[in-house]
Amino acid sequence: MIGMDALIEIRWHGRGGQGAVTSAELLAQAAISEGKYAHAFPSFGPERRGAPVLAFVRVSKNEPIRIRAEITQPDVVVVLDPGLLSIIKVTAGLKPGGIAVFNTRKSAGQLRQELGISTALATVDATRIAREVLGVPITNTTMVGALIRATGVVDLESLTAPITRRFGRLAERNINAMKRAYEETVIEG
Amino acid sequence: MAIKVGMEVSVAMGEMVKLASADVIAAYPITPQTHIVEHLAELVADGELDAEFIAVESEHSAMSACLGSAAVGARTFTASAGQGLELMHEVLYVASAMRLPIVMAVANRALSAPLSVWGDHSDVMAVRDTGWIQMFTENGQEVVDNTLCAFRIAEHPRVLLPLMVHLDGFHLSHMIEPLLLPEQSEVDRFLPPNSYPLSLDPARPVTMGDFAPPVIYTETKWAQEVNLRASKEVILDCWKEFGDAFGRYYSPVESYHSEGARVLLLTMGSFSETAMLAVDSLRSQGVDVGLVRLRLWRPFPFDELRQAVKEAEVLIVLDRALSVGGPGGPVCSEVKAALYQVEPRPKVVSFVGGLGGRDITVSGFEEIIKRGMDIAEKGSASEFEMFGVRE
Repeated sequence: MIGMDALIEIRWHGRGGQGAVTSAELLAQAAISEGKYAHAFPSFGPERRGAPVLAFVRVSKNEPIRIRAEITQPDVVVVLDPGLLSIIKVTAGLKPGGIAVFNTRKSAGQLRQELGISTALATVDATRIAREVLGVPITNTTMVGALIRATGVVDLESLTAPITRRFGRLAERNINAMKRAYEETVIEG
Repeated sequence: MAIKVGMEVSVAMGEMVKLASADVIAAYPITPQTHIVEHLAELVADGELDAEFIAVESEHSAMSACLGSAAVGARTFTASAGQGLELMHEVLYVASAMRLPIVMAVANRALSAPLSVWGDHSDVMAVRDTGWIQMFTENGQEVVDNTLCAFRIAEHPRVLLPLMVHLDGFHLSHMIEPLLLPEQSEVDRFLPPNSYPLSLDPARPVTMGDFAPPVIYTETKWAQEVNLRASKEVILDCWKEFGDAFGRYYSPVESYHSEGARVLLLTMGSFSETAMLAVDSLRSQGVDVGLVRLRLWRPFPFDELRQAVKEAEVLIVLDRALSVGGPGGPVCSEVKAALYQVEPRPKVVSFVGGLGGRDITVSGFEEIIKRGMDIAEKGSASEFEMFGVRE
């Protein structure tokens, strides 16, 4: 697990419409509900469906968070869309002790070779889980499950209330998708 | 008892307007202010806020509608940013000169061209002289707290002036962060009903914003000046009573490790907290530096500023706006004017940066402080430096 006392900086990569910003928001709300300090924000600007987008979360157990700049040296990167791996260097700036969390069908070994990743790596086929559980390939809540498995940054249960507020009648399916991803995520290195 | 919630700052601002029981919201959406008015439109449509939401066709109309609304004594709110604030520009002067207590959130944004939806203080500086009370905020909690204070200050019988709460576009408006929202009962205790004394009433006809020939115009402007300056007393009282009620105190000029520091950095708005981290880092390396943050922009807090910087040898000012072809940073030029009559006074160094949404990181602020100290020692041929610019 990442050092839980310090400030943890998480950068989300997705495409407009996949819900990276929602993931970031839900995670921050969960952390705040646990009494931690946290904030979340999108990569600022006009949003376009399908275009690569970023979102950011900082979580701090003991200290209020004062920095508001975008995260360039994250402890964790989360990638919602496998197609981004070949067009963006998603691990740019990732700290040596950090972890990358990918939605992918490929194995960790294969990805290490293709992308030259030397940090820890967590993988899950989130698109398949989302299709099966939600019926749509929207991987935001699914990848929150993978992130929690990879980092323990918040408790899985802390997401229930924020997801329920956000998704209403679709909440249960999103919670199930998150839990499936939590169980299926493989961590390596 | 209020509990801490994770909420977007724009949404929280809408919630505060609801808790303040606003009667009329007339607004036109513009990035990055959009989430504030969207949330208010939802609250009104869902019946959670018993107010008129006037969906106007432009910002000029938004502010014009606010004039009429405030003039009948309705609690009136609007929000804008960047180009939208510019489009309502001429009406802003009318609101203040007619003594109409309108509260407006400005999600600070750069001005075109080139088109930028991102944050800086160009829009604030363009409306500097419109006669409104103006305050900056550094984080979401300050937005929440000062939205409540804004109504109480603006509507106070000794003030009756419109008030802008500035929150940095995106860096504040789009942040989800931990916020304490007050209970309705706490708000009701703190914020008295709006009792506008001059409200339009067919039974007691009055004329507002009348024609003023040369024989009276100067006197109206002097009255406005006296009134805006005098509002500071009410602002200070309000912040004191807010602090006593809610435990969070605000001042026109605020400090961070500035007591006795040889070098001071001065900032406004949400970048101030990032600047604190740079101050911490440099202090740990033995640099005698502190931070001063300007919260109240109008009326300008001359005495508080002079007091806050009186022991410093160097004062570095970071503006997020450019007075093109002029002295550089608009805030810096006012700071210099405020200190010109004072002996001894610090050497003042002007930086302009963070324009159009460009981040200034902790190491960026460290660089500004070191470079500012260097310029103070060796002098510089230019009026100001543009931080991080590629030439």
